[in-house]
Amino acid sequence: MKLIFEKSSKGRRAINFPKVDVPKKKIDIRQRFLRKNIPLPEVSEVDVVRHYTALSRMNYGVDTGFYPLGSCTMKYNPKINEDISRLPGFLFAHPYQPEKISQGCLELMFNLERYLCEITGMDAFTLQPAAGAQGELTGLMMMKAYFKHKKEKRTKIIVPDSSHGTNPASASMCAFDVVTIRSNEEGRIDLNALSEVMSKDVVGIMLTNPNTLGIFEKDILEITEIVHDEEGLVYCDGANMNAILGIAKPGDMGFDIIHLNLHKTFSTPHGGGGPGSGPVGVKKELELFLPIPRVEKKEEIFYLKYDYPLSIGRLKAFYGNFGVMVKAYAYLRALGSKGLKQVAENAVLNANYLLKKLKPYYDLPYNQTCKHEFVLSGSRQAKKDVRTMDIAKRLLDYGFHAPTVYFPLIVEEAMMIEPTETESKETLDAFADAMIKIAEEVEKNPKVIKDAPRSTPVSRLDMVKAAREPVLKWDKNIISH
Amino acid sequence: MNFIPHTKKDRQEMLKFLGLKSIDELFVDIDRRLVLDKNLDLPPAMSELELSRHILMLSEKNGETLHKSCFLGAGAYNHFIPSVVNHIISRSEFYTAYTPYQSEVSQGILQAIFEYQTMIGELIGMDVVNASVYDGASALAEAAIMASNITEREEIIISSAVHPEYRGVVKTYCDASELKLKEVYYDEGVTDLKNLEEVVSDRSAGVFIQNPNFFGSIENVFDIENMCHEKGCLLIVNVTEPTSLGMLKPPGEYGADIVTGEGQSFGNPLNYGGPYLGFMGTKEKYMRYIPGRLSGLTTDTKGRRGFVLTLQAREQHIRREKASSNICTNQTLNALAATVYLSTLGKNGLKELANLCYQKAHYAYDNIKEIGGFRPIFSAPFYNEFVIECPIKPKRLNEKLLKHGIIGGFELGRYYPELKDAMMICVTENNTKKDIDRLLEVLRVLK
Repeated sequence: MKLIFEKSSKGRRAINFPKVDVPKKKIDIRQRFLRKNIPLPEVSEVDVVRHYTALSRMNYGVDTGFYPLGSCTMKYNPKINEDISRLPGFLFAHPYQPEKISQGCLELMFNLERYLCEITGMDAFTLQPAAGAQGELTGLMMMKAYFKHKKEKRTKIIVPDSSHGTNPASASMCAFDVVTIRSNEEGRIDLNALSEVMSKDVVGIMLTNPNTLGIFEKDILEITEIVHDEEGLVYCDGANMNAILGIAKPGDMGFDIIHLNLHKTFSTPHGGGGPGSGPVGVKKELELFLPIPRVEKKEEIFYLKYDYPLSIGRLKAFYGNFGVMVKAYAYLRALGSKGLKQVAENAVLNANYLLKKLKPYYDLPYNQTCKHEFVLSGSRQAKKDVRTMDIAKRLLDYGFHAPTVYFPLIVEEAMMIEPTETESKETLDAFADAMIKIAEEVEKNPKVIKDAPRSTPVSRLDMVKAAREPVLKWDKNIISH
Repeated sequence: MNFIPHTKKDRQEMLKFLGLKSIDELFVDIDRRLVLDKNLDLPPAMSELELSRHILMLSEKNGETLHKSCFLGAGAYNHFIPSVVNHIISRSEFYTAYTPYQSEVSQGILQAIFEYQTMIGELIGMDVVNASVYDGASALAEAAIMASNITEREEIIISSAVHPEYRGVVKTYCDASELKLKEVYYDEGVTDLKNLEEVVSDRSAGVFIQNPNFFGSIENVFDIENMCHEKGCLLIVNVTEPTSLGMLKPPGEYGADIVTGEGQSFGNPLNYGGPYLGFMGTKEKYMRYIPGRLSGLTTDTKGRRGFVLTLQAREQHIRREKASSNICTNQTLNALAATVYLSTLGKNGLKELANLCYQKAHYAYDNIKEIGGFRPIFSAPFYNEFVIECPIKPKRLNEKLLKHGIIGGFELGRYYPELKDAMMICVTENNTKKDIDRLLEVLRVLK
């Protein structure tokens, strides 16, 4: 498809601003500070609408179909939340307008923090981080500040080999040394390996529970004890919170810090890559290190408080992705406690149902009851020269989004499947049928998989070429459509 | 409402297939000591009808902001958003998608990001622009880490005329990354060149300025550029009011090595501070240091043009602790809004918009300074924000203005104690002459 620049025609326009209604002045800025031309396209309003509508039709979302992208919790995004997050009272609220006329926003944030405390078993929350990775960074910064305050020099952070890539990346942004520990044969933390590396040099451990294999760390109480025995802290990557909503609380497991992904567990849409929101919850002993400002209440009046001398400071201008918070808040109010528990129960039911359906056809390196997701291996198929990426592409032909592939790193040819609770039995059956058919195609007609996808707007794209000769901007000379 | 489609029958069939009697059996791996024996203490579930009433009521507790005339800027700008923008970003093929990992079914968002990279790149004069970071402030903080990685130096120099909250974020990131941060004074509303000359050295990784700066003033960018490159240090320019780029020279043309900024002005509503979008660009030679997603052009097996996420070897999911940043989720939908907005404004629209903001702001400025007791304190040229000293405490002035349905300017004393009597006024195309005249009228009475 053409780029918007290739549809430009001199003199065409899509907007008229009102005329300057004040007495016009000559621009009082020296010429060398001014720009000569504005290289934006010239198109009509209908051009804009048709162009981006056509692009939207080349995109696959949860509203298009099943999206079993593991670790991403691609559940249905309730429509009411889109509408109410766009209410004028929120939309036109300036972040610096007086608190007196921001009471609605502040009340919503205050209560959302309270609900998240209750769900996770934490004592206090900040809603400031814009995404899960920024939440992790916030948590680690607080851990760093906590030990600095205690005048202890600790430098190491432990992550399991199955962890999300953001965990070690966040740790190195805090100048910590990353110590990776191997998982055991069951795909869980090896308690001996943990004890061996745990010492007074260790800031703490970053854990996802259920982990990225979809397996619950059943020794979690022992794990947190080992870390606490050396006075370390335990960080919970809450990306997989969907599995345990209303069932168990990370706070009870001994976690000291957790980040949540409102755009995963709490149904706010992913926006094609963002915006998300990554609130961070902490136990009492870390509360004073939370970012500023914090939302507080005094005699039924909500206000922002900045006076926390031990705070790590700010992660973002203003207060976080407020528009995303509105959607998560609405979701929690729609579900209530029973609804939330049903989310976890059905997410886990769906995952186990799909796991059992697919187990005969693909390898399952960690064969046990899963939580909200599970990881298959395509190694059986790889022996026939059909790789996991080929299977992923073939799924697109069957009208499904592909699972997360090649992650976690500890599973060869990994396919990480997370169906979520909002999918029906019929959808799960149809997906299983497609996966089974592909397994058959591997035996009978592998070429059809190697050539996939065929039904998409473009066929397989050359990733190597894109990286070797990067073209990241349009100009007149790039290859035309 | 829990949005779960299963009927009782479905659930029974599924359990039967699993050979289980109840769902509880799926949770036996969780230590009994941890399993909750009571419901979470949350408010009772609401129907959609009740929910929409409840949230409407909450939103109205804000006091009908939209009926007031607003002269607040300071990093969040009250611009008009053409209807087209919301209609496009409401296409659920866009907003319900994840990051475009499977490029063949994500050509829509990948092409839109490529268009975004191009438009922002042209406006700021940079070769490589990423697909967005969280906001302008975190973009600046990421640039601090990037500058340190490029120069292998650990000292960051930042102007005190950079947005105070942005400086706060840079400080938070620098504390964590163990980078040294030094601030340079301002003088006459712009970065103090003498002080900058004293501070910058061959140990400095980068000089960080904002243009127009926090006070709305246009910086002496050419002098700053000289001082900084002479010491082999990078120049990082931040733009929080990007409609100014419809008038002002692209930072790349005055020597910026990294340009960051806040894209909210481009088609994103105020939304009480977020979600907005941070933009970030650099020169080609620093391409491999930039954090975040990049959409790149390539071809498919049949030679057709297409787009993919590229240069991923910089990113956390490949490089883990050696990545250029930990960023994963960004602000793509906000970047899409910016792309649609910029397509709609086009070459002429953005220029006209910048002129409207400039003219109206200067009309307000010229008239306010004529009111006895109100005094401009800086002399540098400005775009659409300016600082004015008030005859009464800015906080009291704002309270009084609010009673007249006017949201006044930013009280500078909050971040600059020496400017406790000053207010910063912002004017955009949304402020009509009538609004401005009303502000003037009320100020005349209140002084």
